[in-house]
Order: sequence, then C-alpha cells, then structure tokens
Amino acid sequence: MTEVTMNIWRGDSNGGNFEQYKLERVEGEVVLDVVHRIQATLAPDLACRWNCKAGKCGSCSAEIDGKPSLMCMTRMDTLPNDTITITPMKTFPIIKDLVTDVSFNYVMARQIPPFTPGKPQPDGTYRMQQVDIDRAQEFHKCIECFLCQDVCHVIRDHEVNKLYYAGPRFFVKLASLEMHPLDTVDRRALMREYLGLGFCNITKCCTEVCPEHIKITDNAIIPLKERVVDASYDPIAWLGRKIRRKSKMTAQEAYELAPARVAPTSLDGIPATAVED
Amino acid sequence: MNIVASDITSQSFDILIIGAGGAGLRAAIETRSRGLSTAVVCKSLFGKAHTVMAEGGIAASLGNVYPEDGWKVHFRDTMRGGKMLNNWRMAQLHAQEAPDRVLELEAWGALFDRTEDGRIHQRDFGGHKYARLAHVGDRTGLEMIRTLQYKAISMGIEVFMECKILRLLTDSSGNVCGAIGYWRPSGDLILFKAKAVILATGGIGKSWKYTSNSWESTGDGHALAFQVGADMIDMECVQFHPTGMVWPLSVRGLLVTEGVRGDGGVLRNSNNERFMFNYIPDMFRAETADTEEEADRWYADHSSARRTPDLLPRDEVARAINSEVKAGRGSPHGGVFLDIATRLTPDEIKRKLPSMYTQFLELAGVDITRQPMEVGPTCHYMMGGVRVDAETEAATVPGLFAAGEVAGGMHGANRLGGNSLSDLVVFGRRAGIGAADHAEGFSGTPEPEMGQALEAANEAMRPFNDENGESPYTLQADLQDCMQRLVGIIRTEAELRQALEKISELKDRLGRVSVNGGKQYNPSWNLATDLPSMLSLSEMVTRGALERKESRGGHTRDDYPQPDPELGKVNFVQRKRDGEHSIQPEPLLKMPDELKALFEDEH
Amino acid sequence: MTIAQEQGTVPQVVPVEIGKARGGPTDKSTLRTDRWWVSPAVTVTVLTSFVAYATFAAFQGKDYYVGAKMHRNLISPFYSPCIAESCQRVAGSHPLGIWASFWNFSPALLILIVPLGFRLTCYYYRKAYYRSFWQSPPACGVADGHKNYTGETRFPLILHNVHRYFLYLALLFNVVLTMDAILAFDFPGQGIGFSVGTLVLCVNAALLWIYSVSCHACRHICGGQINEFSKHRIRYRLWKMITPLNERHMQLAWVSLIFVALSDLYVRLVASGIIHDYKIF
Repeated sequence: MTEVTMNIWRGDSNGGNFEQYKLERVEGEVVLDVVHRIQATLAPDLACRWNCKAGKCGSCSAEIDGKPSLMCMTRMDTLPNDTITITPMKTFPIIKDLVTDVSFNYVMARQIPPFTPGKPQPDGTYRMQQVDIDRAQEFHKCIECFLCQDVCHVIRDHEVNKLYYAGPRFFVKLASLEMHPLDTVDRRALMREYLGLGFCNITKCCTEVCPEHIKITDNAIIPLKERVVDASYDPIAWLGRKIRRKSKMTAQEAYELAPARVAPTSLDGIPATAVED
Repeated sequence: MNIVASDITSQSFDILIIGAGGAGLRAAIETRSRGLSTAVVCKSLFGKAHTVMAEGGIAASLGNVYPEDGWKVHFRDTMRGGKMLNNWRMAQLHAQEAPDRVLELEAWGALFDRTEDGRIHQRDFGGHKYARLAHVGDRTGLEMIRTLQYKAISMGIEVFMECKILRLLTDSSGNVCGAIGYWRPSGDLILFKAKAVILATGGIGKSWKYTSNSWESTGDGHALAFQVGADMIDMECVQFHPTGMVWPLSVRGLLVTEGVRGDGGVLRNSNNERFMFNYIPDMFRAETADTEEEADRWYADHSSARRTPDLLPRDEVARAINSEVKAGRGSPHGGVFLDIATRLTPDEIKRKLPSMYTQFLELAGVDITRQPMEVGPTCHYMMGGVRVDAETEAATVPGLFAAGEVAGGMHGANRLGGNSLSDLVVFGRRAGIGAADHAEGFSGTPEPEMGQALEAANEAMRPFNDENGESPYTLQADLQDCMQRLVGIIRTEAELRQALEKISELKDRLGRVSVNGGKQYNPSWNLATDLPSMLSLSEMVTRGALERKESRGGHTRDDYPQPDPELGKVNFVQRKRDGEHSIQPEPLLKMPDELKALFEDEH
Repeated sequence: MTIAQEQGTVPQVVPVEIGKARGGPTDKSTLRTDRWWVSPAVTVTVLTSFVAYATFAAFQGKDYYVGAKMHRNLISPFYSPCIAESCQRVAGSHPLGIWASFWNFSPALLILIVPLGFRLTCYYYRKAYYRSFWQSPPACGVADGHKNYTGETRFPLILHNVHRYFLYLALLFNVVLTMDAILAFDFPGQGIGFSVGTLVLCVNAALLWIYSVSCHACRHICGGQINEFSKHRIRYRLWKMITPLNERHMQLAWVSLIFVALSDLYVRLVASGIIHDYKIF
C-alpha cells in the first residue's frame, strides 16, 4: 500500500481519456494533495480548480471513484482501492481535465428574487430571535461547491431539464429566503411554475454528497414542497386565504423581481438552444 | 508566440474592480448604486474569494453585549494592537463606520448569531477590550461573501470570473485607466478600459511555505500598484497567525480560528503549562490577568477580572508559541497544544465551532471535543500595502484606488482579529465612493497605452516560447522555502540579506521558466504568470524588513528585539521611479490632540 | 416541460446553454466501485415481500379477528376499522364494526387504501421506490434508468401533493387502531388482562403513531410553515418535538411497516388456531 495509482480523466470538449499516474503514498494526504503532486512532477498542465484546501470555498469539486466529492476533504486513507479514479463533474460542460463550466449555476442564481426585508425597527435596525434564524443559518452554510447540482439526476441525466430546473443549491437558497424572518417576497408559485421544484423526486442524493452536511432534502426541499402545497394544492389553505383575504404572489409577479429581469447582465443574454432529450 | 494588438479584445466600463472578495464587492455595490457601469474581475469563481476563509467575526462596536463599548474604545484597541503605526484617520473611520456596515449586511440578508433580545451577538477576540465581533458560528467570512455576492447579483454587477490581471495600464499622462489580463479557461487576452481602477486583490501568503492563504494570495495587487509607481508602506509588517494547523503536513498552515480562544480555549506546552502567562508584555500588563483563576473568571465577567493572556494580540501570541517550541516545550509535530476539550462540553464545541470540529476530524483525525489541537504560527495577513488617502482610498497614482488587505496603513504593524472583515466593508465602500467621484469627474474616454498592454501580454506568453526551461513549480517551491526560512516570523539582518540575494537569483531564473501544453486552463502557465507578483512582493517585504531595525508588531528582528520609539514615528515607503526601487522612512500622519488623549494613561 | 411551459406562460427561457460536451467517460453508467446496488436491492426485496404478504392477507377475507369464542378481542390492523358488510358475520361482536353493506369483498381491500395512500405518497417511500423500482436514479452518481424525466410535475405523480390529506386520514385510522389496542385488554368472559396479542396491538399502534407524526407534512403543518417561530411558541415546540422524529422517518417507516405485517400474521395465526395467544396476566 505504499504506491497508489491515480486514474485521471484528461481532455476537453473534443473528448479525452484516462491517464494513469503512479505515486508514493504520503501519510495524511487528501486527494487534492496527490493531484498537486502530479501537477508539480508528472503533468504540469493538469487542470483542476482549488482555493482554500479546507472545505470552505467549494472549488475543488470532482468525482472520486464515481462519487461527487471535494478533493480537499477526501482523505486518501479513506479510499479502499489502490487505484483511484478522478473525473470532472459530469453534469456541467467540460472545459479541461477536471475543470468544468459551472456557469449554469450563476445563471440560475439570477432567476431568484433577492432578499427583500420588511420595515426595520424605529432605530433603523432589525430584531430577530435565534430560533427564527436557526433554519436559515443551516442553509447559509452552503459553500456553493455545486456537488448537489452535479449529482442531481434531474439535470445530470436529462440535459434538457437545465432550462427549467434550479437545482438543489438554489432550492437551498430559496428555502433560506422563504424562511428568513424578515423577508417579504412569496416565491412559492415561482418555484412551482418556473423553477422546477416539482422535478425533484426527493431521492436525496444532494443530501448525501453535501460536504457541509446540510440536510438539503429534509430541511429545504421538502419544506418548500409543502409550502407549495399550501399555496397551490390544499383546498383548506385556499379557503383560509379567502377568509382572511390574504393573497399570494403569482409566479410572474415574483419573477419580475428577479435580478435577471430587474438588472440584467451579460449572463442573461445567452440565446438558449433547445435540444431534444 | 508574438502578441499583436488584434489578439486582444477590449471592454470598457466606468469602474474596474480587481478582486471579488469583501472589499471588491462592497466597492462594486457602491459604484453600481451610483449608476456607474462596474466590472469586477477575479482569478477564481465568483464567491470563492479568500474572504470565505475568515472565521471568527467582524469587529464593530455595536455595544450589543457590552453597552460601554464605542468607537473610541475600538479605535484605541486598533491603534494599540497596531503598535501605533496605523494611519490614525483610517483607524478612526474604521471604528466609527464599522457598526453601520455590519447593520447594512444584516439588511442585505446576513444572519448573524443573536443575543437574547434579538440583536447581533458579539464575541471576544484577541486585543479587543470588549466582546465586539459579530459572527456566525465560525464561518463569518462565508456569510459576508454570500451576502455581498447576492447583493451584487441583484444589482446587475458584471463579474468576470477566472480572469488574471497581468498589469495596470496608464494613459499618456500617467492616469491608471485600465488593465490587461487573460481568461484562465481559454488563455485569451482581455483589455479592460475604465475611468478608475480599484484594487481589492487581498493577500500575499502564497510566497511562504506554511500559510493560511489560498493559491490566489500571490500579492498581485501589491505588485500591480508598485509597478505603476504607487507608494507602498509597511511592507515588512506581515502577520503570522499564532494558531495554524501543524499536522498532517499537507494541511500545515491551515487556519484555526482565534474564536477557539475567544470561546475559552487555552494554549498549553508539552508540560501542560499555560505558558502565555510568561509572555505578557509591559504594554498590556495592566489589563491582563496574571493568574489562571482570574483569566478563567474573565470569560464570564469582564468587569471584575482582567482578560486572559491567551487573547493577547496575535503578534505576541505567535512569538510566544515560537519561543516555546524553540525551548523544546512544543508538541510532537512542532507546535503547541490548544485545548478546548477540557473547557467546553462537546455540544458547546460543536455548536460554537462547527467548522473547526469537522476540519480537525476530517483532515487530522483529531476529535477536538476530546483531544487538544496542535497549532503553530502560519503566514496569515499583510498589514502593509498600497498607501492610500484615508477618506477616498485613492493611491498616490491618479485613477488608482485600493481597499482591503492590499491597502496599507489601517492596521499599522499588527492587525487585530476581526478588524479585517470590517476593514473590507468600511474601506470597500469608501473606495467605491472615491472611485465613483473620480470617474464622474473624468472627462473623455480612458485611453490606456497599447504598448504597455502588448509588453505585458508578450511577457506573459514568453514561457510558451521556451522549450526546456525550468518548471514554475520548482521556482515557487524555492521562493516559498526562502521566505519561510529567511523572512519568517523572527528575522535577522544576515538572513534578510541572504533572502534578497536568493530573490534576485529567482528573478533571473524567472526569465528561463517554461511551460508545456496550451494556454487553455493550464495551471503551470497560470503559476508562471503569478510568479512575478510573488517575487516582487517578496522583495518588498524583505527590503522593508531590512530597513526597519526594530521589533514592532508583526515585524520581529532578533538583532533588534525592542521597539525603537523613533522608528515608531515613520512608515517605510517603497516606490518605483524610472525603474529604480527606493525605500525611505516618511513620518506618520499626525494624530489630533483629542484622539491622543485616549492614549494618555499609557506609560 | 413544466406546468408553466405547458400553459405557455414561461416569460423567457432561462438562458442556459445546453447540449455542450461533458467530461469523463461516456460509455459507463457509473464509475462507482462500492456496492451501491445493495440498498435498492434490499428495498425491492422487502417492499415486494410486504406487498405479496399484504395481498395474500387482504384477499383472505377471514382469520382476521379473534373473538369471544377464544376469550380474546384481537383484530388485525389490515381489517380495522372493519367497515365492510362481511365484518358483521366474521367480527361478531366487534364493537367497531361499521358496516358498508354494498361491499362484498374482503374488507381489507377497502381499508388498506388509506395506509397504502399514506405510504405511497410518503416522502421517504417515494425516495425508496423511485430509487429501487423506478431506477430514477438507482443510486447517487448512477445513471437514471429512463430516457425522459418529468419528476412530479405531471399526472399521476403530481398527486403526491395530497400527502397531507392521507396524513389526516391515517391519523384517524391510528385512533381506531389505538381503540383496538385498548379493547385487546378485554378478555371476554375472563375480565381485563394482558396477552402477547395485546402487546402486539399496542406496539403496532404506537409505531404507527410515531411514524405518522414523524411525517414531513405533519412537521410542516405543526410548525414548519411559520417563518417567525418566536411568535408562535406552542407550534414551535411541536415542530421542535417532531424534528428529531422526522430525522428518523426512514427507520420508523420500515419498522412500522414490518410490524403491521407481523401484527396481522400474529392475529391470523391465532384466529386460525395454529398458535395460542399466550396470556401474560
């Protein structure tokens, strides 16, 4: 067990294949350390993203032995095999080697109406109790590594859904906004009609791969689905709204508040080329 | 390959901001809200800036936990922490404006931990008299960057990701009005034209072997500004954070938040002794506990007990750890022990320090609820940087502004924990206003000189022309080794001279670096284009360290172990004129008498 | 297609470029080397066995009640509340017999609709059968077994949104099953007592309660839908109590499912005279 074989996918949008690199094992190393050693010695142009090397920035996402993981948080001694396969995230277009084009996520981020607080206290500040923010604080732990987006079969295996599906990362974002005690926007119809919440079949892979251990499915997506039921599928809730003369926001009304509509940038201008799945 | 003008595409904006961390984004929010077209350029993906690594909190005298706190106390703490080398006006503005900036973050959606009455909770940190750090567990930087990121998204700010800036460009009359860089994914060149440029590039740690910083922290902003002739101050003042991980080797240097000590953690040597009691400097003796009993009492009650020496400013603690290890009282892997396990219950540890818990468990196999951590100093922060005007953050070159870690002066010779996050938002905003004013007063269109751009571009492409040169990785390793050994936490004249020689040798070797493969996402080429910044920065640090013949804050000279009151009145200013690198002492700004009065109880 | 697209109300398509080349090998459905197929295989085995047994038991239409003749008052949870016409003949003096005279088949077929609906729409079981039976996806990082996918946006899967109404009905059923458990303390002709059968019905009712209460919809209705917990202290407390149960929803789902089948089996064995219900006191 002193030597390890790294089987790394090398290539770009024109295709590629696996290259093997044999190295000595070093105590205490993580996968990213080994990739760095390969860069420094065997393959200086091997592309991979990384920043903090401490599981805080979410840059070094890849698939290790087929499992979406952060390379900086996967210790070599936790991997059972002597040959380790590393591939780029499958869901996103390839740039080179282990680097993928994750702009899907940056485009999606622009479809969500931003935080919109209500009126502050007379002194201009806000009051919130810890119990009111516990839930949203869990979602704020997200490091945007996009592993949940990568593993989600809705877009991993069905490219066409990328046009209508925000993905687990943004359901977490939406949940943090919807549960924020100060926020005033109602994004329920928007989630149901435009952002594809119904596509999620709660198979929980996002939760399995989350390096921050956010319970994405149980604490974000399912509560959002239940809120959508409140807004759209529950006759008793509908009756309650009628009696109390409460209105809900339509998908279009909410969408008009999204950055993509209010403050467009070059990210919003790419023409979509629909393909048949 | 030879680059000609037609190889370079260009884009024009009112404001160009280099760096998408806290300072850059806060500046962008300001310029965009003024209706100016704003481009933010960053080397990594949007939202990955080094700000996410900040753990403990953001210092602001909100007075939510200790109502007697106020900007004057914060100002005094900051100046004393900086060994009075700070730009007093920056320290004052920072202390006065930080509370508003924190509340503003909250209004943009940040969720800080709360007090019982629903206000922002504040925690204790080294060098701060009162519990002052607004925080979110131990991931405050992440909260801040996400908040600013989504605020920027909602305002339609253009963020150009994975773009490396090679050089700032000036027009024929010397105004900074653009920059040339390349896209990392494609390797294609891009020229930005702008009426004002804000540097917010952050830190420098990557020139050292053991650092808490990421690969991005190559001192690009320092090098860019220096090259266009901006004044650089206090470049010798590098902060070594006392508590970085020391084992396993692959994560050596990784930060262990000061929040561990703020929440009750204590430092011990191999004799299980709380050695910090032996290292209390005179300046802090009056307000530091001298028995363990008093120190422990202080956590619960700041009024009847004096603060624990474990929370002395970072420079003091880092030196103390260094001495303990040298004296043979270190831990097995060459650090000291940081013990939280015997101080808090496992539940409290997991709640207050969740990312420290997972970091140690997953990376070192250490359960900090049961075992002590092994920690040692790690290169962490650059106090020095671009000399700026306190009000506008304008550098000494027209059109150039700087905010955050790349700017100098705010923190003097040593930064207090928590003051960096507040620095980012206070001066990020001010830089935004300064740059916006400048841009609005700018008549005509920015016309950077193409010759400069071509020169920079060809220089960047040169490694491709060389077949069998040296690997940039070797060069980087040699530089890191040199800086770690010779320009580390304790410095001497002989070693610094040795370092200067080594740096000059490395500069020669830089001209012979070669890379294989294409331009497209090629990390060895990317590194080759970072090396000039790292070398330039290293040279500035070393020359500054040679000149400052005293020990002050983050700068410790073994051959001049005491502070020199005369040197305490000057900044060492480095600048480049006509290709000549000069360094000379220049007097500090004079503090007005009413602020001086705040320090009169000092001996 | 989303609902909005079917209705033609999407304002603009999200400008994501699709159809670009991806990295990694294209010829494999997964690169995982662990035994990822174990979990879906176990799910298929257990659920199939349960369905097979439940079908067998439901179509029996007999041996679901142990009555006064044996000095017991035990009814199988598959047949309670016994609302079919046939219950009158078999259940005899069972006090919960409400007779739906139009129903001539096994009463279980009518009764099981509610628990079946509740579990079919349960957020946990959905995961379990989507992964195991529907292979969508079989495991994380393993390719979906289907070419097209619309998730729960269309009929019939959109009906999953009625889960909370099944919850309400299931809670009513739990009341009935609790009464069954209480009545099982009655030993006709022998007074009050406690037998293995009593224990089985009590545990069964308890497990069903915990499983139902730990449901995601229940957690939502009790408190999850509120944004400011501090202003709704009681509902917050409920939510806080349910949350740790909800974290174990999967385990509770399995345990309660298997125990329901075991309860029916026990009653069935006793009713058919194969075993004797041991009286503890």
